[in-house]
Amino acid sequence: MGNVMLEVNHLKTKYITRFHEDVYAVDDVSLKIEEGKSLGIAGESGCGKSTLALSLIGYYFAPLHYISGDIIIDGVKISDMKPDEVRKNVLGNEVAYIPQAAMNALNPTMKIIRFIEDVMKAHNIKMTKKEIYDMARERFADLGLPEEVLNKHAVELSGGMKQRTVIAISTILSPKVLIADEPSSALDVTSQKMVIRMMRELMEKGYIKSMIFITHELPLLYNVTDDIMVMYAGQIVERGTAKEMVFDPIHPYSKGLMGSIIVPESGVREHKLTAIPGTPPNLKNPPKGCRFAERCRYATPTCSAMAPEIKEFDNGRTYRCLMSVRKIREVYENGTEPGNETESE
Amino acid sequence: MKNTIKQVFHSGKFLVGFFIFILILIICFVYPLVVTHDPLEMVGSGNFYKPGTYVSQQEAVLDPFYTLNIDASEGKLSLLLGEEEIEKMKEYLVKYAEVAESEIDTSDPEAMVELWQERYDPELKAKGLTSAKRKSYRRLDGEIKDAQKSADLIIAEKDSETGELEEVKKIKGTSFVNTKDILNKRTFLLGTDNFGRDVLTELVAATVVSLRIGLVAGIIATVIGLLLGLLAGYVGGLVDNIILFLTNLFTVIPSFIILILISYSVGTSARGVMMVAVIIGLTSWPWTTRAVRSQVISLRNRDHVNLSKLSGHSLARIIFTDILPYIASYVVMAMILQISSGILAEAQLSMIGLGPATTRTATLGLMMNWAMQYAAHLNGSWWAYFPVVIVIALISFSLNLMNTGLDQVFNPQLRD
Amino acid sequence: MAQNQETKQNPSEPKPCLSGRGITKVFGIGNKATTAVDHVDFDFNEGEFVSIVGESGSGKTTLSKMLLGLISVTEGEVRFQGQPRDISTGAKRREYWKNIQPIFQDPFSSYNMFYKIDAVLDDCLNMRGYRNASKEERTRLKDEACGFVNLKYAELTNKYPFELSGGQMQRLMIARIFLLKPKILMADEPTSMIDACSRATILDMLLKLRDEVNMTVIFITHDIGLAYYISDKVYIMEHGKFVESGPAETVILNPKADYTKRLINDVPKIYEKWDLDTVARK
Repeated sequence: MGNVMLEVNHLKTKYITRFHEDVYAVDDVSLKIEEGKSLGIAGESGCGKSTLALSLIGYYFAPLHYISGDIIIDGVKISDMKPDEVRKNVLGNEVAYIPQAAMNALNPTMKIIRFIEDVMKAHNIKMTKKEIYDMARERFADLGLPEEVLNKHAVELSGGMKQRTVIAISTILSPKVLIADEPSSALDVTSQKMVIRMMRELMEKGYIKSMIFITHELPLLYNVTDDIMVMYAGQIVERGTAKEMVFDPIHPYSKGLMGSIIVPESGVREHKLTAIPGTPPNLKNPPKGCRFAERCRYATPTCSAMAPEIKEFDNGRTYRCLMSVRKIREVYENGTEPGNETESE
Repeated sequence: MKNTIKQVFHSGKFLVGFFIFILILIICFVYPLVVTHDPLEMVGSGNFYKPGTYVSQQEAVLDPFYTLNIDASEGKLSLLLGEEEIEKMKEYLVKYAEVAESEIDTSDPEAMVELWQERYDPELKAKGLTSAKRKSYRRLDGEIKDAQKSADLIIAEKDSETGELEEVKKIKGTSFVNTKDILNKRTFLLGTDNFGRDVLTELVAATVVSLRIGLVAGIIATVIGLLLGLLAGYVGGLVDNIILFLTNLFTVIPSFIILILISYSVGTSARGVMMVAVIIGLTSWPWTTRAVRSQVISLRNRDHVNLSKLSGHSLARIIFTDILPYIASYVVMAMILQISSGILAEAQLSMIGLGPATTRTATLGLMMNWAMQYAAHLNGSWWAYFPVVIVIALISFSLNLMNTGLDQVFNPQLRD
Repeated sequence: MAQNQETKQNPSEPKPCLSGRGITKVFGIGNKATTAVDHVDFDFNEGEFVSIVGESGSGKTTLSKMLLGLISVTEGEVRFQGQPRDISTGAKRREYWKNIQPIFQDPFSSYNMFYKIDAVLDDCLNMRGYRNASKEERTRLKDEACGFVNLKYAELTNKYPFELSGGQMQRLMIARIFLLKPKILMADEPTSMIDACSRATILDMLLKLRDEVNMTVIFITHDIGLAYYISDKVYIMEHGKFVESGPAETVILNPKADYTKRLINDVPKIYEKWDLDTVARK
């Protein structure tokens, strides 16, 4: 067991909409990532996974607001810091964040090397231009990016190359945690694979200690991260190793998600794709009981009255459901509704 | 829809603009109900009477007097001895009576009069003092003596038979009249203009006319611009090229010059208020056309338009149901700007004398034009043009503020 | 996938519904000309579920717009039911559009947000010639169409599109197709804007349309896994050309063209090992 790189305890954040309504997009999220491990976060759009990513870096600006909870990066509690302090001391050297549209954030009038010089300046690192260039060239070569990129403008690069360049720039200070929010969703499959390969190299070469990877593409998560966490309506509903989560999901929502995976492999045509009916609850006014109850095939009246707590196994696997694992497996095997027999632990 | 309107009224900028504009409108409608004079009645028979209340002099004399223990003769000296007289006195004292210039205080007429009485010698013969000059100094001396007399004024009537003056009334220094007793009076809050018309009443009337010009010009420009923009944007191809050519033509030639040429060629006889509005409208559409066209082009390839096409809808139906509603908010904003610029264009045109050729209707621009022609700005009659400037500024400020507010609501990405 | 396996049409005599010979689309002129679709040939048979797979910029959407008749064909001939397609006049175009209808990628932009949902369905009824049908008859038909996509017309009527979720909007688009019953459905990435967990519903409905109405479904996608899962026949498109085509099983499991091989290789796998080292670093 390595030391914990990122620890989050009962984090709660909200958005304030332009109609001045509160949207509780991250509600009581706790997670831990150890050194050398990566965690994938999956869920449908609007489940709060992108908000979680923004919340994790501790840099709160309107309309996102911090409510409560701790964020600890390598022993340093950043949830107490002021936004300015976070920007100066945490972003870039402790934690790096890459949003989906990161590649569009490059100013087209600036050469790539200039961005790296800017990063150094913003973090008060005194280096000559020559030193920065040498350092950047070395890092780029190590990550498989051609040196010419440094002297090019963003418009001269392809989408995949831009995204990889952005990742290389944002990890230039070797942050402890990399948080990537759909870094490859806008790319074609080959560029996506190149991005993924580069992220693996970042981990293997120790440029980053651990990684959070957010995407709605489950086959990708299965191949990229050690653990997968499923979010639903602002909460974590299940977490386990990638293999467990894909082939043996516990929570009915995870089960539904995994049932919707499509890959071009033989035998896939024989599978029946599953669908989850209905739409996620409105986070302005989250339901009192289990948030998934309304869409759950196996829900009982208790489910909509009582909010389930997170249950944890010895191996670190967690899930949030009122049913016991035994009961769930039984229900899955029979494929029947559980009827009125309620069981809560 | 409801939500959008609610949001519009949540925008501070829009609210301020809306409030100013509505205030102007209310004043325009309420004022004529209260003050029912003809706004263009030529009340004064001279140019530029300054702001204030004018009371009938005769009535003031004839109305009953009240005796107040205030000596009205105080300050009478300065009232009677104008600047000219004071200068003349100073000249005499310095030149011929050998008083040092530093001893003379022109701001204190009483001290000067005292000094004058002490030093003035009607028989003095000095170098440069011609007999004509001596006579004029004697006249001045007489005036000063008159002014000093604090005697009561006597109102006399000529006897019709004997032709003798008969005292009717004596007005003492302590006699006062209550202004409430005077029936014939008129207040000109902003004075009168060169034709002797009450500026305030005229201004209100002019604002209404100018707003109407702006509205007509704005509607004409928006309708033409919208139709051409929709056609160019949606139909594309040759139609687009032709319309774009026309638009570019109008954009490249400064529209103000076209405006001047048209205004000039229409001739003074036909150049009424509405004619000017139409001319302004006809020259300011290119801007709207370009804006609408680019909006339509971005909408043209949207899926709902394609779907409408595939449902077999006609061109007109697609334009009016699938495109127009999407740009409606934009068009409203463009129209607000067109109204504002229409009012400004009228003011500009009228300023250089190409506005409505009439003295029977006032517009904001015409008021400026009249004030300028009669040199109001040179003789210090600020009331003839300054309020007009303020009203023009307020109208275009409020309209532009409303436009900015709407823009923020309809283009949320521009916020903050 | 039971319904996938059984062949719907008589295998000995597939009737081509929509075919193309040498279809080309060039945008721009002179130096700036770009060829979006480059001499493609195809035969889409009646009742077939065909997928056109390609990455962004491969020209698949341009091809679909040409087949829909929304943009002109630079070169080549489109044949509809064995006859050359004629859409030279408005009336002929309208006649053609009774036979081919689309479902677009983005359900949010497929609706005119100023009109209630009823307007969309009413349009379909008018197109099908129910213009003078009684109100009850019209309501019955709309109810039936909504029922087909598991929506309740009573709950939808008098609602605006933006009051629905993306999945519901897309299902309503399918209801529209159900009402129109065209010969060909052009589905351009109908599931890419929809959450994975509602995707299955949409796909099932497309299959149901094919089975019940014997519709030819042309499914355009960038997701080769999805194409494999759902279609009978697959066309792989690269830079405006079809590099490979054939039955889904053959093309996906035994790809011949390098491009197809790369495409399949680069998609993340679950059952087989997904080898990251096979992708170039530079």
